[in-house]
Amino acid sequence: MKNNIIPALRLTLVSFAFFCGIYTLAVYGVSRLVPESMSFTKAKQGYYENVGQPFTGDQYFNSRPSAVNYNAAGSGGSNKGPSNPDYLAEVQARIDTFLVHNPDIRKEDIPSDLVTASGSGLDPNISVEGAVVQVKRIAQIRDINVWIFRNILRL
Amino acid sequence: MNSEILGVLLMYGMVVALAIPLGRYIGKVFNYESTWLDKLFNPLDQLFFKLSGIDPGKEMTWQQHLTALLTINVVWFILAMLVLTNMSWLPLNPDGNPSMSGDLAFNTAVSFVTNTNLQHYSGETGLSYFGQLILMLWQFISAATGIAICAVVFIAMKERTTATLGNFYSLFVRSSTRILFPLAFVVATLLAFNGTPMTLEGKDTITTLEGQEQQISRGPVAAFVAIKQLGTNGGGFYGPNSANPMENPSYFTNMIETISIMLIPIAMVFAMGFMLRRRKLALTIFAVMTIGFMLLVIPSIYLEMQGNTAISAMGIQQNRGSMEGKEVRFGAAASAYWAINTTATSNGSVNSMHDSMTPLTGMFTMLGMMINSFYGGVGVGFLNFYIFIILAVFISGLMVGRTPEFLGKKIEAKEMKIAMVIALLHPFLILVGTAISSYLYAGNPTEYAGWLANPGNHGFSEMLYEFTSSSANNGSGFEGLGDNTPFWNIACGIVMLFARYLPIIGPVAIAGILAGKKYIPESNGTLKTDTSTFGLMVFAVIAIVAALSFFPALTLGPIAEYFLMLN
Repeated sequence: MKNNIIPALRLTLVSFAFFCGIYTLAVYGVSRLVPESMSFTKAKQGYYENVGQPFTGDQYFNSRPSAVNYNAAGSGGSNKGPSNPDYLAEVQARIDTFLVHNPDIRKEDIPSDLVTASGSGLDPNISVEGAVVQVKRIAQIRDINVWIFRNILRL
Repeated sequence: MNSEILGVLLMYGMVVALAIPLGRYIGKVFNYESTWLDKLFNPLDQLFFKLSGIDPGKEMTWQQHLTALLTINVVWFILAMLVLTNMSWLPLNPDGNPSMSGDLAFNTAVSFVTNTNLQHYSGETGLSYFGQLILMLWQFISAATGIAICAVVFIAMKERTTATLGNFYSLFVRSSTRILFPLAFVVATLLAFNGTPMTLEGKDTITTLEGQEQQISRGPVAAFVAIKQLGTNGGGFYGPNSANPMENPSYFTNMIETISIMLIPIAMVFAMGFMLRRRKLALTIFAVMTIGFMLLVIPSIYLEMQGNTAISAMGIQQNRGSMEGKEVRFGAAASAYWAINTTATSNGSVNSMHDSMTPLTGMFTMLGMMINSFYGGVGVGFLNFYIFIILAVFISGLMVGRTPEFLGKKIEAKEMKIAMVIALLHPFLILVGTAISSYLYAGNPTEYAGWLANPGNHGFSEMLYEFTSSSANNGSGFEGLGDNTPFWNIACGIVMLFARYLPIIGPVAIAGILAGKKYIPESNGTLKTDTSTFGLMVFAVIAIVAALSFFPALTLGPIAEYFLMLN
């Protein structure tokens, strides 16, 4: 055992220099070559395309519920089990709220992603069905023809 | 066909297609045959040995291998403890994150040194960039430890009588520089080119369209994610791992990351075939592992795509399946596929929240970890499977009345005893741990109320999952468990230690003892180990020894929850 300690220590230090130093710097160096359109950079408008934001106003396509309120410095999911009664009551409440804001929508058209929290709490996407059920509300508030929206969504 | 299913088939097809040539390459690396990367790596390895004062040509016995392995792991543990408890004042801490408490540092140090990467903290707030980088070192070297020690077993399985089995340091350095490093570099580059951050700047603050302030954690994510996927390390740069849209921005990156999970575990099986020139044995093992894997993955994908029955009852549309804890860009099928990938191997990073999966999917993820050898972790997955082979050889030998032999070596009482202890260790650690925690909780539910995020059977599943994950050196969790408490930090730390080192010591000891025995050439009386009959036998042993010992516990958790939800 004794004969192994010094080589073990030295090998660890060499590995540290190589994997934490050289490997990281090599990846860092390559990442500088990434064209801006493909890399993780801020858009001109001042936000990150990949990172979801909370959209709760009726004039926006609402984003998915988030267990961390879209805090991108502490992301996380709800970790609620599928049979948890409190959780199921919460989902039911979200459905009811959605129907209040979108009175023309039938309940069976609401897709589950709009009333369940994502894994990261930062999901930047909603499903196409989730967008479709919100079109009428936004069109009314913004006074835009529904068909323009439908075109944008390519339906 | 449904495009979600097609995506899964594509991922599986690609990982097998890539694992075959990689397996051949790994076989060459451990046979010390020349490869086209030698020009780069021969001088690099020599530099490693020169700076460390190691003679890579010195042959070691199996005992010397284990001593070298354990010594270097002790060194790593001490170093990890020192860094984690002093991060706050060490460099590279732009966000001013604090040092860890003693019990959390113990848990984290054990977790990364043992290739588990169980995280009782959240990466964004619990670690400085220096902490992340040092943990990344273990993602390389703990994975390389597993691969190297598996190579020792391969060497021992060759047809000859020998006391020495190569040099541990040499195999270790070759695993890290020639296998893990080039793969990680390629994957990290692919990720950086597809929108994963790679920066040393701290948090960014932006204003959202609705006028709120939003803070964005960044960091050297691409480099970290690549190796945590490849080395079946798991964990993540961010709390929710690869569910986070910075760690895993698109379906394409999700494919890369998913393929990275199983790539080396599958390649190791083929590497064995190439090294020993026993293709048929490798294919038999691969077939058994694949059937087991499919039995876990197919129902999981089906169940997640069906959705949560309690939510269907509310009358909304669930075409996309159970979406709680999942990301829209991956969908239910790719999330369920990842869940089984990450648990059947000992990876443990997640791209959706396992706690929120439907009850039986939760059970299949646990079964993946309980069996822990349907591909399994890098290197150690094969070692677990090796134990099952030894058991199957012995049992089938008894059934047909022949001396149990494996690859021309007689298996006797001593080897059998070791194999049995190792096979029973895993259920022992999981069930005893879960029993103790359930007992504590049941005795004082108010004091331990912070433990469980979900009531009833699901709460029990959270505790069962945590110990299963620790003992499988997996690292994923039913994260609703409030696990950053002294009890969970220390209990899981101890379980991880036993579950990492004993299942390495056992198979190496068996292989080492067998290598020292006289080689008996195959005859008509030899039990063939590369046939489908033998494959079936191994599968039966796994089903009986591994799966059935957990059946009672699973009945109390996910199975009960499933039936209660039917009502």
